[in-house]
Amino acid sequence: MNRKQAILNVLKKSSLPDTPLPDLQGLGVCYEDPERQFAEALKGVGGHFFRVRDLNALNRELKGLKVYQNAQKIVSLIPGVGEPNVNLDLVEDPHDLKDLDVAILKGEFAVAENGAVWVTDRQLRHRVICFIPQHLILVVDAHQLVHNMHQAYERLTFTEPGYGVFISGPSKTADIEQALVIGAHGPRSSTVCFIG
Amino acid sequence: MSHPDKAAQFIRDEAKAHWHDRALWYVRAKRDRVAQGVPEWETLREIAAQIKAHTLSKLPDYLEMFEGNAKRLGAQVHWASNAAEHNEIVYGILKSHGVRRLVKSKSMLTEECHLNPFLEARGLEVVDTDLGERIVQLAKEPPSHIVLPAIHKRKEEIGELFHRHLHTEQGASDPAYLTEAARGHLRGKFLKADAGLTGVNFAIAETGGLVVCTNEGNADMGTSLPPLHIACMGFEKLIPRAQDLGVFLRLLARSATGQPITTYTSHFHGPRAGGELHIVIVDNGRSQILQREEFRRALFCIRCGACMNTCPVFRRSGGHSYESTVPGPIGSILSPARDPRKYWSLPHASSLCGSCTDVCPVKIDLHHQLLAWRKELARLRLLPLSKRMAMNIGGWVLRYTWAYEWSGRLARWAIPKLPRVILYGRWNVWGRQRELPPFPKESFREMYKQKVGSRR
Repeated sequence: MNRKQAILNVLKKSSLPDTPLPDLQGLGVCYEDPERQFAEALKGVGGHFFRVRDLNALNRELKGLKVYQNAQKIVSLIPGVGEPNVNLDLVEDPHDLKDLDVAILKGEFAVAENGAVWVTDRQLRHRVICFIPQHLILVVDAHQLVHNMHQAYERLTFTEPGYGVFISGPSKTADIEQALVIGAHGPRSSTVCFIG
Repeated sequence: MSHPDKAAQFIRDEAKAHWHDRALWYVRAKRDRVAQGVPEWETLREIAAQIKAHTLSKLPDYLEMFEGNAKRLGAQVHWASNAAEHNEIVYGILKSHGVRRLVKSKSMLTEECHLNPFLEARGLEVVDTDLGERIVQLAKEPPSHIVLPAIHKRKEEIGELFHRHLHTEQGASDPAYLTEAARGHLRGKFLKADAGLTGVNFAIAETGGLVVCTNEGNADMGTSLPPLHIACMGFEKLIPRAQDLGVFLRLLARSATGQPITTYTSHFHGPRAGGELHIVIVDNGRSQILQREEFRRALFCIRCGACMNTCPVFRRSGGHSYESTVPGPIGSILSPARDPRKYWSLPHASSLCGSCTDVCPVKIDLHHQLLAWRKELARLRLLPLSKRMAMNIGGWVLRYTWAYEWSGRLARWAIPKLPRVILYGRWNVWGRQRELPPFPKESFREMYKQKVGSRR
């Protein structure tokens, strides 16, 4: 408490001129074809994209995906999607997910500007499920697409404890000689599927 | 050692220095391409600067608002006036939880506070998990760039380092192979860690939440396996509203690496179920900068590194030549505020070309501040004698028209006659890499007088 007060007292000494907080109205680019923009942005950051009409079509597409065909351990948190063999709700310790191959998760909405998908841990027993699998597949309702980051934050409220993340493409690094390498700590591939 | 001395060491390996220059220019060019793809880029920069100026003008209010909201969400908030307090607080939390192994994601603040050696001296294993940071940690070096910590190392050097520490094949230097080896090595560290420590990119006053941006996913791996998360932040990371993130996130990754957004932009609001979140808010000299009007804007910085990638001096002298946690143009105005005696040479490590100011996403007047610091350091009498003398003579010559005319005349007469041994002697720092131009017979003023006279 004393340390806090000491810092605040020092700060209060430097009286800065009042400057207004700017209004963010009117910011953000809107796209003629936001879905195409999303797909291009995602491709640009190393992600994959496909679009299906319904769950049957999604399951057919899944079977065609190499990463899915080769997967031994699969989690799917979307009822009726894929053939999961690990039940996340029965996993006590998040460390037990260490050799998970594929996770199929729901993305709440997508952002056309930068290929990002908003994922929260609201329905996730273990948050690490977004990062620990070798491959990530995010399924998003095709109508839940915003143009830009300003629209994204208009949708978001943070009143409850919780965790949310924008995921844009697979985990990557360019820390060795600026050479881009996909698959740093998190998933080696990231696929986004629009449905509907 | 001063910046020029350290820079001289760096450019001794000429091929590497050229490579370093080109590698950073490549990042700068990528930044240009994506920034130009955003039609309202300049508006965004202006608004970002206004948000930062507003936040700083109401900092105590916003800090209390942030603390209140963070606590409401279940986080524990700590305050540290300086590096020593910060380190004690972090160690205290770790000790009370019996932590032996800590994984860290990038945090320039903990570099600034020298947290790693402090914890290691107390028996903890501390692992930096950002690939670039792990490379420099294994090499026992500080990062040379805030976004690209190992940009000063060639892949062959990293291959050698990994061969020694991670048992990769001798001579192997393929970046994909080395990254794969690091992935395996660091997954082991994540799985064994007792706690995760992260920096903070943005702290939201109105929600009490934290935002951390990474491409590798290391901040998230490190905080979603062990139950304890410690987040360390300088108080200038605060922004008022969640919607302000729309502005800053559009600027940050584009300015840093030319990406539209980082791969992971994680929003932490309170601890995980069954876990703990500790937030350490640090001053460590920031309030001193805040009090000085001419240097205050330096606190707008969102640590994107764009000023480093564009700086002709940084690109050619390397980050280590600055010998400060934050190098480059922004480091050259932050460091002398911390310790003017130690960092007196940094504001001179600039051609004042203004490129840093042009690329800064939050419109910090970098090159003006560099100039203002030179003045301040002269006032504090911290410049070496040679610089002081040169400045005094220059000031005197430029003050009087007759002195200017006569010194020009003297130079035109004398310099062509002087032998090289004297002219390019040790005193002539400027002439070490440069040749003087041929001296004209007459000055411009003399020529002008003749021309105008003959026309009349």
